[in-house]
Amino acid sequence: MTTLSAFTDLTLEPHHKLKMDEATPTLLDHTASKLVGQPISRLHGDLKVSGQATFSAEYQLDGQLYGVLVCSTIGKGEVIDINTQAALKSPDVVDIIIDFATFIRNPQQGGGKTAPAQGTDKITYLGQPIALAVAKTFEAATEAAKAVQVRYKDESGDGAFDFDKEKDHSVMMDGVPIAKQGDPESTLADAEVSVDKTYRTPSQSNSPIEPHASLATWEDDVVTIYTAHQMLASGKKQMADALGVKPDKVRLISKFVGGGFGSKLGISPEAVAAAVAAKKLAAPVKVVMTRPQVMEATVRRSNTEQRIGLGADKDGKIHTIIHDSIITNLPKETFYEPTAESTPFLYAGENRQIKYKMVRMNQVLAGSMRAPGEAVGQIAIECAMDELAEKVGIDPIELRILNEPEQDPSKKIPFSTRQLIACMQTGAEKFGWSQRRPRPASVRDGEWLVGMGMAVACRVNNLKASQARVTLKLNDAKLLGVEALIETDMTDIGTGSYTILAQIAADMLGLPVDHIQVNLGDTNLPPASGSGGSVGAASSGSSVYLACEKLREQIADQVGLTADTVQLDNGIVLQKDSHAEAMSTFEGLKHTVEEKVKSAASEVVEKVAQKVGLNVQHRDVAEFGEDEQRPLHRVLSQCQDNQLKALGEIKPGKTQKDYRQACYGANFVEVGVHAYTGEIRVRRMTGVFTAGRILNHKTATSQCYGGMVFGIGSALSEEIVHDKRTGRLCNHDLAEYHLPVNADVPQLDVVLLDEDDQYTNPIHIKGIGETAISGAAAAIANAVYNATGVRIYDFPIKLDKLIEQLPDLADIEPVTGREKLSAATGNTDASGA
Amino acid sequence: MKPFAYERAATPTQAASLAQAENAKFIAGGTNLLDLMKFEIETPLTLVDVSRLDLVDIESTQDGGLRIGAMVSNSDLAAHPQIRQHYPVLARAILAGASGQLRNKASTGGNFLQRTRCYYFYQPDSPCNKREPGTGCPAIGGEHRELAILGTSESCIAQHPSDMAVAMRVLDAQVETLLPTGESRRLTLDELYRLPGDTPHIETNLEAGEIITHVILPPPLAGMQTYDKVRDRASYAFALVSCAAVIDADADGKLNTVRLAFGGIGARPWRDTAVEALLMSSHGEMAAIQQAVDKLLINANPHPKNAFKLTLTRRLVTQVIQRAIKAAQDPQSPSFAAKDK
Repeated sequence: MTTLSAFTDLTLEPHHKLKMDEATPTLLDHTASKLVGQPISRLHGDLKVSGQATFSAEYQLDGQLYGVLVCSTIGKGEVIDINTQAALKSPDVVDIIIDFATFIRNPQQGGGKTAPAQGTDKITYLGQPIALAVAKTFEAATEAAKAVQVRYKDESGDGAFDFDKEKDHSVMMDGVPIAKQGDPESTLADAEVSVDKTYRTPSQSNSPIEPHASLATWEDDVVTIYTAHQMLASGKKQMADALGVKPDKVRLISKFVGGGFGSKLGISPEAVAAAVAAKKLAAPVKVVMTRPQVMEATVRRSNTEQRIGLGADKDGKIHTIIHDSIITNLPKETFYEPTAESTPFLYAGENRQIKYKMVRMNQVLAGSMRAPGEAVGQIAIECAMDELAEKVGIDPIELRILNEPEQDPSKKIPFSTRQLIACMQTGAEKFGWSQRRPRPASVRDGEWLVGMGMAVACRVNNLKASQARVTLKLNDAKLLGVEALIETDMTDIGTGSYTILAQIAADMLGLPVDHIQVNLGDTNLPPASGSGGSVGAASSGSSVYLACEKLREQIADQVGLTADTVQLDNGIVLQKDSHAEAMSTFEGLKHTVEEKVKSAASEVVEKVAQKVGLNVQHRDVAEFGEDEQRPLHRVLSQCQDNQLKALGEIKPGKTQKDYRQACYGANFVEVGVHAYTGEIRVRRMTGVFTAGRILNHKTATSQCYGGMVFGIGSALSEEIVHDKRTGRLCNHDLAEYHLPVNADVPQLDVVLLDEDDQYTNPIHIKGIGETAISGAAAAIANAVYNATGVRIYDFPIKLDKLIEQLPDLADIEPVTGREKLSAATGNTDASGA
Repeated sequence: MKPFAYERAATPTQAASLAQAENAKFIAGGTNLLDLMKFEIETPLTLVDVSRLDLVDIESTQDGGLRIGAMVSNSDLAAHPQIRQHYPVLARAILAGASGQLRNKASTGGNFLQRTRCYYFYQPDSPCNKREPGTGCPAIGGEHRELAILGTSESCIAQHPSDMAVAMRVLDAQVETLLPTGESRRLTLDELYRLPGDTPHIETNLEAGEIITHVILPPPLAGMQTYDKVRDRASYAFALVSCAAVIDADADGKLNTVRLAFGGIGARPWRDTAVEALLMSSHGEMAAIQQAVDKLLINANPHPKNAFKLTLTRRLVTQVIQRAIKAAQDPQSPSFAAKDK
């Protein structure tokens, strides 16, 4: 076991810190290879498709035991006692671990420093972990877990399982932003044109394909846990708090993570149970949740009930926006689904209101799920916008352009970058929006009613503190004789962190990508942002960038150049024209000051050394010729230990408050609704997005595909079904919880517009991951309306909600043949549109 | 999963004999049974593996029908030229179910015997009369959107999940079985499947050890054959309502033959010949369709969350009839394949 002293020497190594207090130029504009942005393939794609990437559940340790969680079969109450006699009968069963005080009832949210709710003898939802059965085989542990007899004080009769009954008890939440500007209720009532509607979205399940899994092992008083986790640095603190040990006694390792979608932001019950069992039994213990356990005992997205009030003048100029939400969570949990996250700045309007009410439910923890807030908040806003456009009698895009704010209308601060109109216009062009007929239910293709819809996407951009160390060293096995090692506890949850970090370092250091080794997912490495809230690439990417920037300085220093004049290209150190003109005056000044401080410092060192009688060695720096090409490996071979090392550290600063930072986009959808049965199928979908600079067009595009697919699920099929009498999660597997399958997903077109945002971070990117899902479901709902003339306010839009309102069969002309088809494709316009 | 004994049968006779053991189950593809065993919904003491039995042929019968071995995989059956040419409703129904991987494993005999997808049946810590007689039916008053509206009882409102069996029903297929006595018999699907009544845990009239060895298809029927499956997503979902149809219409739209069987709405694959009789000789007028659907649903017992199946069934039947008439009138009609979009 390595000791946990990783941070003790941090201050000794060259350290490059940046707090984002102001606009920052980026060196990425001045590198030789311009590798950042290129659509290179994932570094570990081959390992993953061939089953060689080791996920947490796949580690094998000598003498490991298997644990299976014993979960509650009632929705509310207390454990009176647990009879383990039958469970312990099999010789393969080792123990039933009962530690109510330490076990956690539900996962922690992301970023927290403390353990989540402990005390598993108190039952707050059906499926809640109570104890752990441990055996020599997984099968025996499974049997034992089933054989454990739990006696309850059953308080289910008093449980909060039915949202409609409980919502009368909803309360204004403490600490939740409740914004009000102007007098929105009365301006809405007086509006020339208005929409005032209530939308409902169901609980959804994160359900990443890799289940939550942990393998814990203790050595002396240090626990190492191989775990499926998104944010290791905070997870380590949570775990330490849960176990009652110091953080430096906990090491979390997550080399590969098979998706999380927010459900692995904080520690989850299986990890704590594994750690407790491993300690008690003095053997490694592996606990892998079953799919039903993942759905029942990790995280859901809260269901929501959202009232949207939009008031406008007769031309469509919006003056009032109301967004009141009712959301749910377990008793005492503070997380709330921030449905109105982007409502304060999405559209102009002087009268505004945002309210949240919380309903306490005995259902699995509500927490972050992909684009918490916007993913469902924009369903409501963007459907209401569609309805408003129709009432005003203008195109939905025109309505949005008309209400484009010049600055954040709530905080009165400028946007860092905002290309919402360009996204809509480019999308309209690519998609063929001009072919849409505004009059609903006016296009037929055979047995299908066809409609088009659009909605904008908006997702706030954030930055989190993050560190990374980059070491440049000799390596004869590499073509150029050198390699760079990136070290940070950042995770790759399938998004491509390994790839983009290598890409940034390769670009900055003038090396091919295969000369970069990336070591992630281990809390012994410098702490990173982790993967969550679309901050991972920006935060960890910036830290790698800063470390590399420092290395460039060090190399320059080694060869007698300056940071401004050194260029690194394919393993060669070159002199280039100064790119100082790109630096702000302040940066230039800072640089000069730094140089002066350095020389003053070295004079001091020399004087001190002379006084104590030390021999001061002056390093001879040969002049670097104008056209000289010096191999990097030669430079390194003259460095101490034949290597150079730097730690980069990024921190959010004033630009986050002074500028409204967000990603924008627009989704365009064509749907077919079956005229007889009401089945809804997405026929094509185009998304145009902006997210600052794009690090890798391939991985970024994949993120957008994922978001759009999420949108399809959210619009049409995804829904946790809870029994309203018992709190049972009825559809607790992926056969019954309907994600879109391949056949539901048509060709998706993704366009990423060029953008560069100097306020966000030194690599000028914004977090793209969660942008495409935002509003995607609304675009589909709006297309369904265009196809059928029916607006559904209760999501997902399943055919049973639609079918009673579809045009009556007597009014559906039987299909008459080919002439009908050509009319349906829009060649002739009978609708008067 | 509970421990069990495993026996591999060399012949159908041996299989039937072995399966007389207490709480024995046949296993072929295992695509449903293994899931059920993992959740301990099924806890057989003995598994009799019949997957290697030589029941993999599809042969013509003397009267011009087909005799299909029970171990023919769903994929092979759907792809068989005779099936595709003469019994397209069967090929379409099979391909509408499960996934490619599952169809490769699933057997023809086993497909008939798959069990319901009711949420409560699938969660062993929940009461369920089908799983544990006498414990109650939480689907009634609970979450039953997917469940049956026909043939249900106060004990159970589960739907039969098979697509294939719905097509078999419309084709008047029979299963040929072998009893442990060595006797063979044939059962229509009406005879094979029981309604839940107050014994929803007993789903068929097969006796202990009785094994389905073949399926007999009568000679091909004239007319258009369709299988329409309405579901919440385009693949890998069970039917909300499905309809297997064989319809023969004149060029003037008169319906000579109408056969309709339904999935998703019945406690077993559903067919009512009296409904078909009401449509025969009509021209598929809305009034005739309405009358036929009223007849079909006259004894329906919907619950609040699956009452939409009444409307859905009515609209689906309308679609199937109107499309068949249109196709008869205009064989070039593009609407024929429109459903597969």
